Amino acid sequence: MAAFWREYRESWIAVVALAVVLLVVAAALLAPWITPQDPYDLANLNLRDARRAPGFVGSGGYVHWLGTDAQGRDLFSAILYGLRISLQMGIAAGAVAMTLGATLGILAANAGGRIEQAIMRVVDLQLSFPAILLALVLVAVLGQGKVPLIIALVTAQYAYFARTAYGAATAERQKDYVEAARATPLPGHRVVVRHLLPNCLPPLIVVGTVQVANAISLEATLSFLGLGLPPTEPSLGMLIANGFQYMMSGRTWISVYPGIALIVLIVAINVVGDQLRDQFNPRLRR
Amino acid sequence: MTPILVAENVTRRFAPRLTLGDRIAAALGAKADRRAVQAVTDVSLAVRRGETLGLVGESGCGKSTLGRMLAGILPPTEGRVLLDGGAPMQGGHKTTTRIQTVFQDPFASLNPRMRIGETIAEGPVTHGLIPRRQAARFAGEWLSKVGLDPAYAARFPHQFSGGQRQRVAIARALAMRPEVLVCDEPVASLDVSIQAQILNLFLDLRRELGLTSLFISHDLAVVRHVSDRVAIMYLGRIVEMGEAAKVYAMPRHPYTQGLLDSVPKLALGGNASVTFRPIRGELPSPLSPPSGCAFHPRCPQATELCRRERPALVPRSDGTLVACHHA
Amino acid sequence: MTDRLLEVRDLQTHFHTRAGVLKAVNGVSFTLERGEILGLVGESGSGKSVTGFSLIGLVDPPGRIAAGSSIRFDGQELVGLPQAQMRALRGKRIAMIFQDPAATLNPVLTIGQQMTMAVQAHGGGGEAAARALAARSLTRVGIPDAVARLDAYPHEFSGGMRQRVAIAIALLHEPELIIADEPTTALDVSIQAQILAEMKALAKDSGTALIWISHDLATVSSLADRVMVMYAGRIVERGAVADVLRAPIHPYTRGLLDSLPALATPGEKLAQIPGSTPSLLALPPGCPFAPRCPRASEACRTDPPLVGDAQHGALCHHPLEVVA
Repeated sequence: MAAFWREYRESWIAVVALAVVLLVVAAALLAPWITPQDPYDLANLNLRDARRAPGFVGSGGYVHWLGTDAQGRDLFSAILYGLRISLQMGIAAGAVAMTLGATLGILAANAGGRIEQAIMRVVDLQLSFPAILLALVLVAVLGQGKVPLIIALVTAQYAYFARTAYGAATAERQKDYVEAARATPLPGHRVVVRHLLPNCLPPLIVVGTVQVANAISLEATLSFLGLGLPPTEPSLGMLIANGFQYMMSGRTWISVYPGIALIVLIVAINVVGDQLRDQFNPRLRR
Repeated sequence: MTPILVAENVTRRFAPRLTLGDRIAAALGAKADRRAVQAVTDVSLAVRRGETLGLVGESGCGKSTLGRMLAGILPPTEGRVLLDGGAPMQGGHKTTTRIQTVFQDPFASLNPRMRIGETIAEGPVTHGLIPRRQAARFAGEWLSKVGLDPAYAARFPHQFSGGQRQRVAIARALAMRPEVLVCDEPVASLDVSIQAQILNLFLDLRRELGLTSLFISHDLAVVRHVSDRVAIMYLGRIVEMGEAAKVYAMPRHPYTQGLLDSVPKLALGGNASVTFRPIRGELPSPLSPPSGCAFHPRCPQATELCRRERPALVPRSDGTLVACHHA
Repeated sequence: MTDRLLEVRDLQTHFHTRAGVLKAVNGVSFTLERGEILGLVGESGSGKSVTGFSLIGLVDPPGRIAAGSSIRFDGQELVGLPQAQMRALRGKRIAMIFQDPAATLNPVLTIGQQMTMAVQAHGGGGEAAARALAARSLTRVGIPDAVARLDAYPHEFSGGMRQRVAIAIALLHEPELIIADEPTTALDVSIQAQILAEMKALAKDSGTALIWISHDLATVSSLADRVMVMYAGRIVERGAVADVLRAPIHPYTRGLLDSLPALATPGEKLAQIPGSTPSLLALPPGCPFAPRCPRASEACRTDPPLVGDAQHGALCHHPLEVVA
């Protein structure tokens, strides 16, 4: 573990990215305490504060460091709460998708024959669909809200995990230690859980990291299109969408700042994921 | 000495697995390569209790496949394998614990994410040979037995060298208290000095535990050193089988002779004293074996008969079995 | 034009890893005459392969030939030679054969394409002339129907054939030195015997010097005139093959010979060397073999002296037999 961290530290970009991710997570967790305003509480909002430039001192008596949006929400607070939602959705969807996908992938690799073919054909079919299309259809059918959104995200993403787990499990299955376990003989479930699964984890962790970023991005897209969470709980996508109409009139901050926050989070997660992938790659460790 | 492990007319074919895509292509008229590889053909042998049978041959001879079938890991396509009169496999899975295997690659045969103490104790605990609470002590005892410090039980495989890992693999196999041990090229990837250590360990434990074993290797000298009897394989069949001392001193089959001639010997008289007498030609592909006797294209004594008719494996005067028209 | 083809003096190749400096080659010195076959024997971690790579300039970072090392090839110093000049030498005057032909043969090019490229890399004339040369080389290594085979891909050849192709490529420009790194280790016994026979004949015919690197004493002894035994980056014994095998001076050589089943009585325990090779990151002071040596003493904590003579010598405080 210590050696892993030492190697990770060698890439300063990865360290910075990790710091950013941790910072965002901390900020999101602490949002109710560090933000001057609760952007969900409509009673707080004052339309006289609407569309004000960054640095404006609002009716609440505090500085709006990032300005306000069309409803008078303090953008700083709204962004932090939005990040909270993004992370919640992303991690929840990622976790469920990973569990579901990995189970299917390892099952397919282990079962072989018709079951393997059946599961992997469905997965392949799913992978050939643009994720956004699938998510759109599901949200349209299931309606808005956190749970339908998570269902849509999971459905759009489990296939990546399934394919990764399948590839890893197929490769590991052929190795001698799995054959040795089966030759003892050890019961099938034990071979899968104690031997196959732990050795399939590294690629899954890498995919998991990147998929969290993808889930965040997907959720933001859906929200941007108005299909995500209700308008009273604005996520970053919705904030961007709301501010769009004001871009031409010079009040760019309403869209741009949420946009930057989103990009920074996604890029940071991706960089961490890349570093993990490189480190997990079996190669001559120098 | 009664036979404990028997193969009766065992054959193993590997047919290519056609995926859905291949099947569709075939339906549309594309030619599917359905050629099966016959890795082992019609092999019968018996390993007597307490003896070590060496199985030797080059690539494609089928020794590993035969070894896996005898170990109960791979079902034969035809024929059957009997362990003390019973079948080692049921429903396509190995069910017996009385026969265990040591694999070739010490880097791949241990679960990289499991501590070696757990790896050794896992089988015995699962099968109730020892109670779980004694697992740690049990693993420690076995580590000592194979020449490793019991404190290593908490370590992971990557912290060990190849030779040490092979010791762990041997401990894992023997912890199940098998009667038969199948060793599939156990020293092939080890340095000479480490190889000697592992061979010595094998000789010690074999004697101490009264093991019957099947020792598979491509290295003729190693096989001769540990085996009571030896079987030479070529392209899926046994071409010569008998007491190791006799076969090595007086090989009858031209392939055995050629093989023994091909092995580089220590040139104690310097390189000038060495004359090479290699077997000519290439090893045939198992996908398209030669007609008649499989060795005839490379055999210096081949005749028309050899091309037409496959020789049967028959015993000679001293008990050695040879499959050759002219031996 | 000196008579000595190769003079290596105090070659040190170090790998600067995260965990420390790994002295893969730790002070190797030897000479090679024209047309001589020299065997380099050692187990894994002995530094034999790295020595070969150092000679031909294929040591990649974090590996580096340390200052103070000298490799004189036909009088020319190779250490510190600019890449361009090294490239001119490599393939033309010094060639290498690897253990796995996959390292030499590109799977997506035909044999002919690869060989003509190799010919033309050192100014071999036009396409047709290059192909003709390639075909001749293939015939020389015993590949039948050479002209037709030029259009085949590597995967259409068996392992032994592929290694022959690799040898043919090495011979294209009639190099003065061929370094062969375990070229027959991955081949079957019967094919290995064929290649050994052919290599010996080819080397003698063309007068090419050959450094044969292997872990197998038997193979080396059947081919080489002289042999050097390496351990932990140093040459611990060197001499004529017959001398080293019949009367080894160094305990490690003796231990290696005693470990061989071929020389032992069947069923009897082999005389094993205890322990394993030391980590090259933390070599003990003095003789690297001392921890495993049955003859070791306090004196072995200092660097062992050279005993014996130019014909047959070893680095040891307690040699087995001092050659008069």
